[in-house]
Amino acid sequence: MSRDPGLQPERTRLAWRRTLLAVTAILVLELRLAFTGRTVDALLAGLAVVIWSGVLLVGWRRATGVGPRGPERWSIPLTALAAAGLALLGVLHVLRGLR
Amino acid sequence: MWEAIKGWFDPRELRSVGSRPDYRFSLANERTFLAWLRTGLALIAGGLAAAQFLPRLPLAHLREVIAVALLLLGATVAVRAVDHWARTERAIRLDEELPASRFPAVLALVVALGALVLVAVVLARALG
Repeated sequence: MSRDPGLQPERTRLAWRRTLLAVTAILVLELRLAFTGRTVDALLAGLAVVIWSGVLLVGWRRATGVGPRGPERWSIPLTALAAAGLALLGVLHVLRGLR
Repeated sequence: MWEAIKGWFDPRELRSVGSRPDYRFSLANERTFLAWLRTGLALIAGGLAAAQFLPRLPLAHLREVIAVALLLLGATVAVRAVDHWARTERAIRLDEELPASRFPAVLALVVALGALVLVAVVLARALG
């Protein structure tokens, strides 16, 4: 295969890395919100760490394997649902803080 | 709706329609998805930051309302990003028109309105 002049695979890899970086920033903000000393908040933080590791695993595999082959179908929906999951964990933290 | 969600995950369904496109189109579609996802993540980060860095606002619970609104908006952007990605992938494979969407315009209006409301709150607080 001749070298792709648009470097599409490389741009896609970098886009994945930027996204993983953004997810990591979300995790940090969420962990900071969870330092209340209460067990439930610690459990929510644990769940956030689990989701984050999953995204990192799926995203990293995708980021290192981008090529002419299409994306593994799972990586895209899973990453989006994980982002939505992190948002809902954040909502739970905020609602718990109201009490 | 359930069918749509199943469609995001089922590799056979999507790969069975149409013909395999130039992989660069698929990668471009994937990058567009990732850019939308980062937009959603930025909104989520904004919500989390509002929850912990904003001081208590004069209106009761306004801080929490802002945080939850941003978080839910971010989640919506993320979920709609997959849906749009799947529909675009399908259109590329079938060589159809790309799906049109009002979502970007709606999102822009919502963000602009939210910003205007906050400007009003800040001014009311400074003057009042």
